[in-house]
Amino acid sequence: MPRVWKFGDQINTDDILPGKYAPFMVGEDRFHTFAFAHLRPEFAKEVKPGDILVFGRNAGLGSSREYAPEALRKLGIRAVIAKSYARIFFRNLVNLGIIPFESEEVVDALEDGDQVELDLETGVLLRGGERFALRPPPPFLLEALREGSLLDYYKKHGRFPGE
Amino acid sequence: MGLTLAEKILSRKAGREVRAGELVVVEVDQVMVVDSIAGSFFKRLAYLEATPRYPERVSIVIDHVAPAANLEVAKAQKEIREWGRKHGIRVFDVGRGVCHQVLMEEGLAQPGWIVVGSDSHSTTYGAVGAFGTGMGATDIALAAASGRTWLRVPESVKVTFRGKLPRGVTAKDAALEMVRLLTAEGATYMAVEIHLAEGAESLSRGERMTLANLTVEAGAKAGLLVPSGEILDLYRVPDWLYPDPDARYVREVEVDLSTLTPRVSVPFYVDNVQEVSAVRGKRVDQVFIGTCTNGRLEDLRAAAEVLRGRKVAPGVRLLVIPASSQVLEEAARDGTLLTLLEAGATLGTPGCGPCMGRHMGVLAPGEVCVSTSNRNFRGRMGAPDAEIYLASPRVAAASAVAGYIATPEDLAPLQEEAHA
Repeated sequence: MPRVWKFGDQINTDDILPGKYAPFMVGEDRFHTFAFAHLRPEFAKEVKPGDILVFGRNAGLGSSREYAPEALRKLGIRAVIAKSYARIFFRNLVNLGIIPFESEEVVDALEDGDQVELDLETGVLLRGGERFALRPPPPFLLEALREGSLLDYYKKHGRFPGE
Repeated sequence: MGLTLAEKILSRKAGREVRAGELVVVEVDQVMVVDSIAGSFFKRLAYLEATPRYPERVSIVIDHVAPAANLEVAKAQKEIREWGRKHGIRVFDVGRGVCHQVLMEEGLAQPGWIVVGSDSHSTTYGAVGAFGTGMGATDIALAAASGRTWLRVPESVKVTFRGKLPRGVTAKDAALEMVRLLTAEGATYMAVEIHLAEGAESLSRGERMTLANLTVEAGAKAGLLVPSGEILDLYRVPDWLYPDPDARYVREVEVDLSTLTPRVSVPFYVDNVQEVSAVRGKRVDQVFIGTCTNGRLEDLRAAAEVLRGRKVAPGVRLLVIPASSQVLEEAARDGTLLTLLEAGATLGTPGCGPCMGRHMGVLAPGEVCVSTSNRNFRGRMGAPDAEIYLASPRVAAASAVAGYIATPEDLAPLQEEAHA
């Protein structure tokens, strides 16, 4: 069952992937192994595909580096839940096909190490017998996400969602 | 209800009147790519089976690791040069300088333009009334392939600066004060529209770049300065490029420049801004003067003014990296560089290196750095416990001399020279 990895407020892209571990610095094949290298060195080794990342306020502030969320994608992360997001990070998540859920209450309710099940389409989150409802992403995002990512959407349709 | 500056630019580009909250697809005037994402950019274009729609609207700048720090980087930069030649894309090579400074110097950001850059500090172009915004590799690749980008028209926060800066207080201090007031998330998804009033319009293009640059530290999508002062002399500013008097703002903030004192942003958050007096005396191992925030000629001159006739404290490293080759040349020509070197500065190749801990000036565990850059996040410049204090070039230079965080006024006065 997927595990919750919970982080605090103001987690920046340097926390998610320190700038010195960019793919072109350390290699395309291993940059993701440095995810959270400073904050939580065991993360990249222990995270399992399908695990859920949980952030507090202003998740992903800082650099536009897409290889921060790309490292998470490579480690099998398909969804994150945060109280709020920084804008470039939010866009990058969507573009890579990671669903950014937003909820103060669910973030407060979840604890690090929780075993959960999350339905990415409906936003229904189960922890034991408890049921939480996450608001599904807005339609224009879903439109892109249904094709996998914004890149896939554009490749298929030759235009942006809603255009 | 009138339109904000962001709404004006995006309406013009969309070909219809658009308001905050609407989604628009607009043509972009310039797509800026930095070396560190170029590989991802090429990969995504290849996946789309696309090449840049308007090659003349794409620039690649080799600045984040320049010159190459290892073999991986050298290979990546070789690919950039070859790709640029093949597709007729402008490449600014090693030594030309920091992307935002270079684009401004080359006239690749103009009033009313939309410039998307693969670097979060692309808000810098707002200094001249361009809608500059940072994006990731996917968005940048799509912008290059289609010539367009997909944006939500942002709400705006209005920041008004009034009055003149007191002597010894700089645009960096004003910018840090703005980030403190707005907080790190206070302008998320929004445009910060900056008005310079009653004396503040005398701020130079470089000072305006410092203000626009730091708006992203409040989460801004764009930081737009209403054109005034020397911008009107340096650029052709279209008549429509002004916000309407009855435009709607989410929030309005005012800063009286004449009341400001030197500021420092204390680890590990940019909005953790204090007066220098609150951290005066903090031991310093390295001082870094440079970056897209404060690596311009006026910044180097401000540092030289403090360092003239003085020496960097024993055990302290003073690293100076001019923001561009043009800055470097001018600083060499007017003697600024010699003053810095005589004081004990080490000179680096124009570029970004130490700002994000890639090379040239990485910090060891426990070290403290005063930097003129724009981020003091944990581990940003090297060791996770190294501390970065963000300040103006004046405060940085004074701290290098003192060996601890200080203002120039804290330094012992220079010996009077003998009468000529």
